Amino acid sequence: MAIAAFSASAIVLAGCAGGNDDAGSEDGEITLTLATFNDFGYDDELLQEYMDENPNVKIVHNKAAITDDARTNFFAKLGKEGLADIEAVEVDWFAEAMQYSDLLAEVPDSAKGRWVEWKEEAATDADGRLVGFGTDIGPQAVCYRADLFAAAGLPSTPDEVASAIDGDWDTFFDLADQYKAATGKPMLDSANSAFQGIVNQVEFPYDEPDGTVVATSNPEIEAAYNLVVERGIPNSAYSGQWSDDWNASMANGEFAAMLCPPWMLGIISGNAPEVTGWEIANAFPNGGGNWGGSYLTVPANGKNVEAALALADWLTAPEQQEKTFVNVGAFPSAVDAQAAPSITDSTNEYYADAPTGSIFADRSEAITVTPYKSADYFKYNTALQDAITRVFDGVEDAQTSWDTYVAEVEAF
Amino acid sequence: MTSTATRPTASGPDDRPKPERAPRVLSFSHRMSRWDLKVSPYLYISPFFILFAIVGLFPIVYTAVISFQEWDLVRNSGTFVGFDQYIWILSQADFWVALRNTFSIFLLSSVPQIVLALFIAAMLDRNIRAKTFWRMSVLLPYVMAPVAVALIFSNMFGDNHGLVNNILTSVGLDPIAWHKDPFWSHIAIATMVNFRWTGYNALILLAAMQAVPREYYEAATVDGANAFRQFWSITLPSLKPTLIFVVITSTIGGLQIFDEPRMFDTFGRGGAANQWLTITLYLYNIGWGEFNFGRAAALAWILFIIILAIGLINLGITRRLVRDEGGRGVIQRRRRRKGAQQ
Repeated sequence: MAIAAFSASAIVLAGCAGGNDDAGSEDGEITLTLATFNDFGYDDELLQEYMDENPNVKIVHNKAAITDDARTNFFAKLGKEGLADIEAVEVDWFAEAMQYSDLLAEVPDSAKGRWVEWKEEAATDADGRLVGFGTDIGPQAVCYRADLFAAAGLPSTPDEVASAIDGDWDTFFDLADQYKAATGKPMLDSANSAFQGIVNQVEFPYDEPDGTVVATSNPEIEAAYNLVVERGIPNSAYSGQWSDDWNASMANGEFAAMLCPPWMLGIISGNAPEVTGWEIANAFPNGGGNWGGSYLTVPANGKNVEAALALADWLTAPEQQEKTFVNVGAFPSAVDAQAAPSITDSTNEYYADAPTGSIFADRSEAITVTPYKSADYFKYNTALQDAITRVFDGVEDAQTSWDTYVAEVEAF
Repeated sequence: MTSTATRPTASGPDDRPKPERAPRVLSFSHRMSRWDLKVSPYLYISPFFILFAIVGLFPIVYTAVISFQEWDLVRNSGTFVGFDQYIWILSQADFWVALRNTFSIFLLSSVPQIVLALFIAAMLDRNIRAKTFWRMSVLLPYVMAPVAVALIFSNMFGDNHGLVNNILTSVGLDPIAWHKDPFWSHIAIATMVNFRWTGYNALILLAAMQAVPREYYEAATVDGANAFRQFWSITLPSLKPTLIFVVITSTIGGLQIFDEPRMFDTFGRGGAANQWLTITLYLYNIGWGEFNFGRAAALAWILFIIILAIGLINLGITRRLVRDEGGRGVIQRRRRRKGAQQ
């Protein structure tokens, strides 16, 4: 599973990956190591299925707690020794990994064309080599508290809310203004998640493929910043997500709406198991947007590249993506899986039996722009999110904070 | 404050009869044993230095090499850029903020820590019941993993739902902006550091206190000195060498503070406005966040030089203090020399 900002979570608990010393023995048996993080839904049952089909293969699955651990491990060992045969890579640092695409094995032709177009495109390097097997994607919808919306005199059924949101970000913030006027409380959880939602709709947010840096000169980015500062911050309960306070806040009605990719559903229901009001609106401001999603990669200098490619191929095939959706709600990046009945017919009891499968399939179709993320994307994006946080905290005013951001970018 | 030195009992070793100097007979076995006396201590301590050369010295030198390069970790190669990385670091506003934060957190933690440790040690030094229990309990926070400590304290210092702010608001005060105001974030982090290290330092100081001859206190009591006066005039001066040790170790530790500020919020990058960015945290962000190991190595060396400089200042102060006051070894040697002249 790919939880973008979860990677930022600093709980450095554990994270072991690697250990592929005993690969291969005399009777042709191969040990494949698979390194993932958070939860991809690759449970023992699923892996056993592959081992039953391929009796000569033994799979050892190492899970890092968070993607930061996996990222550190990946870059410390890439091009050297010690990486697993299959390494999961988060979409936020995938661009950094793409700098070293020559060190990753190419996806076999038979698997090409399996994923949604933009997912595959992002994993293809300048030489046309596809080096990542897409796992999940994060098409965003809007989760909201139906009870709080109703109490504020706003539309509250999923369809009504969806049509109220349908429009651009101003439409969305108009709704937030109404909510605030009625209750005195912010409607949205965090200003930075709104900002992330907007940036994910900009094609070249910070730099262009030819290396031109537009991080401080891009009018779209400056407009996004200004919009969030002017309209997002007054309507947000927090500056950023993932803090202890934010986790606690999902249950206590401090705010009434969140932008939610499929993997966020489990986070809300996990943090607020007793709350009954959460529902999902099949809409997203300004169309669609993707947040999160991962790839499986095979380091080219591994001991069992062929066998590893076969396993990665199998794990990301539509049938298996359906299973991981059932396991952990990882929304498939494979086109065929998205259309499978097990996905389209799925519902979620917590969210008033919302047809989550078809909602997110719709949201996936609504994605028209996937931002170009260079290796420096993470740096620029973090710096600008910090700028928003500074304004939110009242440490700096909007203009000063933007200037600080410009100075920071110039220093990179 | 030279009271200890002038007390008759303090010069105990001097009362020993001076040994007659034996005539020198340099037999082979004698020479061997002299040789043994000279060399074997070095042999005994050599494993540490050999190990240090491998796991300590080599990385330090290698870091210096990398710090002059534009380094690509993955491809393990670099291009020589001279002092560019150092210049870059020193020209960063972030670096100076990190330096300020580091010293601020260091002062906010070390000073109260040592005062409190002294107090606790003095209490433990008294005749109390279940001594061992209390002494063990003091060390308990030190045993806890820093990550666990940080988790507990981040609950306490939450901006909206933290324990401290809940209490403050319930008595009608304004909540404190723990994660916004640099000063308060430093206080919060220093609290975590103090929680962990006070007991540790208290035990070291306690050990030193136990070594102070009890006769001093008895004599002082007879003279009518109260407990505070005894502490001020007997305990503190006797503790000086140990105190200096504690100060130096906590200086080095304080300048390298990392766990607590990293665990202070979920992002671990030192705050949106670098409110609690420390030097090691900055180093980590450059190294493992941006994978820019050339710059990180340069910063590591800058930190090394800062610690060295502070260490030298410490040493200077130590020397002066020891010459003037406590240090038994120095005083004895000086006295003995004086004795030889007479």
